[in-house]
Amino acid sequence: MGREDAVVKQVVAKYNNDKTRLMDIITDVQHELGCISDDTIRCIASQLQISSVDVEGVVTFYHFFTKTPRGRYTVYLNNSAVALMKGRTAIAKAFEEAAGCRFGSITSDGTIGLYDTSCIGMNDQEPAAIINGVVFTNLTTQKVKDMVAGMKAGKNVQDMVTEFGDGANQSEFIRSMVKNNIMRKGPVLFAPYEMGSSLKAALSKKPEDVIDEIKLGNLRGRGGAGFPTGMKWDFCRKSEGAKKFVVCNADEGEPGTFKDRVILTEIPHMLFEGMAIAGYAVGASEGILYLRAEYQYMKKYLEKILGDMREKNLLGKNILGKGFDFDIRIQMGAGAYVCGEESALIESAEGRRGEPRNRPPFPVQKGYLGYPTTVNNVETFCCVVRIMLEGGEWFKKMGTAQSAGTKLLSVSGDCSNPGIYEVEFGTTVQTLLEMVGGRTAKAVQIGGPSGTCIGKKDFGRRICYDDLATGGSIIIIGPDRDLFEIVHNFMDFFVEESCGWCVPCRAGNVILKERLEKIMSGKASMKDMEELESWCKIIKSMSRCGLGQTSPNPIYTTIQNFRDLYEAKVRKDVDYVTTFDLMAAVQESCKAAGRIPKVEEH
Amino acid sequence: MSTIQFTIDGKQCTAKPGQTIVEAAKQNGVYIPTLCHFEGLKPAGVCRICTVKVGGRNMAACTTPVADGMVVENKTAELEDYRKAIVEMLFVEGNHMCPTCEKSGNCELQALAYRYMMMVPRFPFLFPKRELDASLPKIVIERNRCVQCLRCVRAITAPDGKRIFGIVKRGGHAKINVDRELAQSMSDELAQKAMDLCPVGSILKKEVGFAVPIGKRKFDTKPIGSDIERA
Ligand SMILES: Cc1cc2nc3c(=O)[nH]c(=O)nc-3n(C[C@H](O)[C@H](O)[C@H](O)COP(=O)(O)O)c2cc1C
Ligand code: SF4
Repeated sequence: MGREDAVVKQVVAKYNNDKTRLMDIITDVQHELGCISDDTIRCIASQLQISSVDVEGVVTFYHFFTKTPRGRYTVYLNNSAVALMKGRTAIAKAFEEAAGCRFGSITSDGTIGLYDTSCIGMNDQEPAAIINGVVFTNLTTQKVKDMVAGMKAGKNVQDMVTEFGDGANQSEFIRSMVKNNIMRKGPVLFAPYEMGSSLKAALSKKPEDVIDEIKLGNLRGRGGAGFPTGMKWDFCRKSEGAKKFVVCNADEGEPGTFKDRVILTEIPHMLFEGMAIAGYAVGASEGILYLRAEYQYMKKYLEKILGDMREKNLLGKNILGKGFDFDIRIQMGAGAYVCGEESALIESAEGRRGEPRNRPPFPVQKGYLGYPTTVNNVETFCCVVRIMLEGGEWFKKMGTAQSAGTKLLSVSGDCSNPGIYEVEFGTTVQTLLEMVGGRTAKAVQIGGPSGTCIGKKDFGRRICYDDLATGGSIIIIGPDRDLFEIVHNFMDFFVEESCGWCVPCRAGNVILKERLEKIMSGKASMKDMEELESWCKIIKSMSRCGLGQTSPNPIYTTIQNFRDLYEAKVRKDVDYVTTFDLMAAVQESCKAAGRIPKVEEH
Repeated sequence: MSTIQFTIDGKQCTAKPGQTIVEAAKQNGVYIPTLCHFEGLKPAGVCRICTVKVGGRNMAACTTPVADGMVVENKTAELEDYRKAIVEMLFVEGNHMCPTCEKSGNCELQALAYRYMMMVPRFPFLFPKRELDASLPKIVIERNRCVQCLRCVRAITAPDGKRIFGIVKRGGHAKINVDRELAQSMSDELAQKAMDLCPVGSILKKEVGFAVPIGKRKFDTKPIGSDIERA
C-alpha cells in the first residue's frame, strides 16, 4: 500500500471527503499513480465510505480513466470520420512503427501507450491527437516520428509544441498549436463587446424582465435540442429550492463540432457573463462549467479569466455593487459523449457514471445535487449577453420565424476552408457550401452523426430548427468518398459511446452495425436492407435518451437519401445469404474439444 | 385532487396522484409488460418493454406518472411488435439456454418470450463471451443470462447501506459486478433475496437447486401478466 494509500488520503482530503467530487478525486489520483488499480479503487472506496463497485463503476465508465497503466506518454489519436478523411490511417501506422506497439496497448518498457479516442473537437485541423493533455494538430508522419523520438528521449510534452495557434492559443496560460479558424464573424458572437456591459444592463432590470427579454428574442438552446431558453429559465426560477444552479454544457462531444472550443478560447468572458446573467435571472449563486476532458488544455486559461472577472467584481460577492452573488467552478469530464446529455452531465458532475436520468423530474425541478438547475450550451449563454445589449427585438430580426438569430457552425471535411462560421439561421446548405469552398460535395452531414445525411437534391434546404437542425456540426463529404465507410465510423462511435443503460441502444446499435457490415461485404439481400431500416425505427422509438433515439440516423438517413447506394450493394438474386461460417465454427469447436479438424480450409 | 381519470386503449381508468402508469394500469386490470420493474424498488426504466404512447410520444410506463386526462396507448400493433423486439434483443445479446437453466419456468424473460410467441429472434445472435463468477460463498453470478435490469443493484445492500452490486464499464461491455468484500459476507437470507429478485437465472443461490420441479413453477401454468389482466 504505502504511497498509494498516502496519495488517496491526501486527494480525498483535498476534496473534503466529498463523494460527489469523485470525478476530480479519480482524476487527481490517476495523475499521481498513472492508473486506478483494484487496490486503489478499494482505497478510494474505504476513504469515502462507499462501495468499491461504485468506484469501479465510475473508473470504468470514462474513456480517460484506466485500471491499467497507459504509458508515461499516452497518445489518444482521434478516430472521427473526418480524421480518417484527412489521413489518420497513415498517422496511426507511423505511431505504431515508431513506438513499437499497437493501438490499444503500451510499449514493453511502459514509456508510450497508443489509444483511439472519439472526436476531440479538432476536425478543422486533423489528424490530431492528445498526448498527456496536450493537443497536437495537423499531424504528418514526419511529425509523428519526431514526437515519438522525443518521448523516447524523455522530453517534456509541452516542449514538443514549437508553433502556436492564433489568438489566445498563444496565451502563456494555453500555449497551444490549436488554430481558431474563425472564417466568418457575425453580429451576435464575434462582434465587438465590452466585458461587463451586458451584466450591468441585466442587473439594472428585474430578473423577470431579463427572462422576458430572452423570451422576446425567441432564443432557443444552441446545444442541439433547441428548447426555448427563456421558458427553461422561467421554469427554473419558479421551481422551489433552497438554492439553484446554472450549468454550462461545454462537453461538445458530437463528432464534427468545435465551435464551443473557439468560444472558450476567444470569448470565455462573454460566456461567463452569460452564466452570471442566468444566475441572476433564475436566482442561482453558483455556476458550473462542465468542460470535456479533451479541452483540459484550456483549463488554466479559463481559471485565469475567472480570476480576472472576480477582480473586476463581475463574479463573486455583491457583483457591481448590486447585491448579487455569483461564482463559477470548472468541472472536468473524463471522456464520454453521453455526458453532453444534460441529466447525464449532472450525474457526472455529482461524481457518478454519466448515465442519463429518468424524467420527470427535469433538471429545472431537481438537477445538480437535487436543486433546480438550468443547463445551457456555451453558445446559448453568449447569445444571452448580446440580447441584453441589443434587445430581443433586434435579435429576432435575424434568422427565421422559428429560429431567431445566428448560429455558429463548425465546418469540416472536404472543403477548402474548414473552420467556424457565424451565419443567420435559414441559410441554405448550398449557400454554405459556396461560402466554405465545398461546391463539389456529394453529401453533407448536418448535425453530426446524430443528425441527417443529405444529398444534392436537398442542398436547397435551410439550416434552422424547423428544417435541418444542428448543434453546429457540418461535415462535408466529397465526391470520391465511400459513404459506407463514414456511416460505419459513425456507428462505431455510437456503439462505443452508448452508456449501456437501456436495452435498445445497448444491444440495438451493435446489431445495426453488424447488419451494416453484412451489407458492406456484399453478402446481403434486399430483405436484409429492409430489415435494417425497420430495426432503425425500433431503436429510435424505444431508446431512453437522445443518444439512442438518434444513433440509427447514420444508417436511417442514408437509406432514405442514398437508397441507390444500398441497392447497388445488396444481392437481388437471393432472398437470404447466411453469415454463418460453418468451417470456422467446426474449427472452433474442434479446438475447444482438443481435436484436430479434418476439414480442409477453403 | 384525490383521483385521476385517464384512459388506456380507450378504457376508462382511475388512479391516485403520484402513481406511475404501470401501477395505475395494474390497479385497473390492464397489464403493461415489464421486466426491469419490481414493485417497491425505484423504477429504473432500463428495459423499455413497458413503453407506451402518450400524446404521440413514447415513454416508459414504469417511470412516468399518470396525469389527469392522459390518453395512453398500450396494446397497439406497433408497440407490441417493438416490445417483442426488445425481448428478442435480450435473447441475442446474452447466451440463454433455457432447458439447462435453474430459473426455467420462473424466468420473466422466458415468460415474456412465451407471451410474445417468440419462435426465433429476428436479430442475429451476438454470442458474447461473458464471465461466470462462482467464487463467492453464497451466490453464483452467471452473466450469460444477465439482462442488466439493475434490480440487484437497486435492492441489495450491506447492513451499513453500501451497495453490494453495481454496473461496471459501459455500452455493450457493461456488466454486473460486486464489491467483493461485501459480497463475501452476504447472509443466506440476502443471497436468497438476490436470487428471488433476479428476473432471470443470473444470480443463483449456491447449494440448492430445482427445489420446485420444472412443470410446477410460476409461469408453467399461468402466463405472465394473467394475474393482472381483467376484461
Ligand atoms: C447524447 C447527447 C449529447 C449531447 N451533447 C451536448 C453537448 O455536447 N453540448 C450541448 O450543449 N448539448 C448537448 N446535448 C443537449 C443537452 O442535453 C441539452 O439539451 C443542452 O445542453 C441544453 O442547452 P441549450 O438549451 O442551451 O441547448 C446532448 C444531448 C444528447 C442526447
Ligand atoms: S439510449 Fe443509450 S445512452 Fe441513452 S440511456 Fe439508453 S443506453 Fe444510455
